[in-house]
Amino acid sequence: MSSLSGSDRTRIRVEDVAVTYRTSLEKAPTLKGTLLRLGRRERVIREIKALKGVSFTVPHGKVMGVVGANGAGKSTLMRTVAGILPPTSGRIEVHGRVSTLLSLGVGFNRKLTGRQNVVLGGLAAGLTRAELADKYDEIVDFAELEDFMDMPMRTYSAGMYGRLAFAVAVTMHPDILIIDEALSVGDARFRRKSFERMRELCGEDRTILLVSHALGSIEKLCDEAIWLEKGRIEMWDEPHAVVDAYTDFLGVREEEEDPVTMEDV
Amino acid sequence: MTEPTTGSHRREDEFTSERHVYEPHKVGLPPLGSYARELWRRREFAFELSRTTLRAQNYNTALGQLWLVISPLLLACVYYVLVDILRRRTGGVVFFAHLMACLFAYYFVTDAIRQAVRSVVGGGRLILNTAFPRLLLPGASVITAFWRFLPTVAIYIPVHLAVGLPVGPELLWLLPVFALLALLGTGLAMVVAAGQVYFRDLKNFLTYALRLWLYGSPILYYASEVPDRYQFLLVLNPLAPLLTAWSDVLDRGMAPDPLDLAVGALWATAFVIGGALFFISREREFAVRL
Repeated sequence: MSSLSGSDRTRIRVEDVAVTYRTSLEKAPTLKGTLLRLGRRERVIREIKALKGVSFTVPHGKVMGVVGANGAGKSTLMRTVAGILPPTSGRIEVHGRVSTLLSLGVGFNRKLTGRQNVVLGGLAAGLTRAELADKYDEIVDFAELEDFMDMPMRTYSAGMYGRLAFAVAVTMHPDILIIDEALSVGDARFRRKSFERMRELCGEDRTILLVSHALGSIEKLCDEAIWLEKGRIEMWDEPHAVVDAYTDFLGVREEEEDPVTMEDV
Repeated sequence: MTEPTTGSHRREDEFTSERHVYEPHKVGLPPLGSYARELWRRREFAFELSRTTLRAQNYNTALGQLWLVISPLLLACVYYVLVDILRRRTGGVVFFAHLMACLFAYYFVTDAIRQAVRSVVGGGRLILNTAFPRLLLPGASVITAFWRFLPTVAIYIPVHLAVGLPVGPELLWLLPVFALLALLGTGLAMVVAAGQVYFRDLKNFLTYALRLWLYGSPILYYASEVPDRYQFLLVLNPLAPLLTAWSDVLDRGMAPDPLDLAVGALWATAFVIGGALFFISREREFAVRL
């Protein structure tokens, strides 16, 4: 890995990526609704341009922070890099094993137990049973959910949910870690622990994309940052500069650094 | 993660471990070669999902198994009485065996469809947050349907023997016929799994469609009894040739009509290929539709 040099060290390359998708305004799309609308020419499809010509690269071992207002396209960008959403135009190249921790967490079926969710999620992500068996105890240890792993996830609190998701993502030892607003899960103690773990991961030989509204964390953890605004990159610079410009833009900047905007909200 | 890929720098590495390139798909389809490879590599997920589903349905308990046996048996009895009254004739035990065999085959195919209809929509978070070949979801439904079909074989066998239906090497024909039934079920499972994403009431329509399909298939009657004016039902029904072949082998102990096999195979292949292409071309959109 360390023998790589020059442009080969680029781990994530996003070239002029645009994502446009069509979404339905109906609360739930139905066949009946479609049939009833036939001939009435109502428009219920809206086109959303979530990303418009975004380009950036993340070199090996760097931590890239992403900030932006709600709806700026951060989650879409993460999903596109993770290969979940296809780009409408442009090109994305990712070198390495990716582990994603998007804001919605791992538990996809609340009726299943924590253990079943972890196993199914891992298998879907392409891990083998042997690899999962290796990591399983580590995940449970980190999440501190020993007593809950065999209970349906609907019995979990929101904090427990997030803890399990965080534990899964950071335990998989990926080359590339994509984290979407996951630092602020759990109680103060777990938050401290996950921040420490993040700092550890960021210090290691690992490429990380980190989306957070906790601007303080972005400044402390990242090597570079980009600010997304309405699907475009507004700025790509040192984390301090980006956070300063972003807070100026939001108009939340105060004389001293405001703990509400700087820390986990 | 150490899947031996020939040439780690191929362009079409959609999901594979080390290098990923994401570009807009031409005509909506991802590179099919790597898609199929990843589908096979992650097959354990489908088996595990099916196992988990079955466990949730109490498949692993004695009573749960018993229910899987009693429920179709009762159903067969109900239909037998119904048909016997309506036709004012003694269908006899041979007809009962036919009814059972075809009803269970029909339930295998439609169970796969019924399980599949919620498979994608029910995969919510997993679809939003993980990149994997989504065909695994309806695939798991077909596996589930297969496991639920097995207990019905166990209750059919004693009936077959008690009625004195032929037992011989011709019964081996059941394997290819069953494989075609499974293919047909898989194809339709993929179609409804993707369809449910776009039309959330598809599930409700499906209940009626599947009921009509039951009446339009040679289950409650023999294919040979269908009057000429209703023959088109058999021609248009993908299940009809396969059930006719199924019944020929089981009730008469003879090799199925090659025409039935050929037409059945044609339908099944068409549904599997069409269903898979439809599903795969749509699957990258699921994440924004859920």
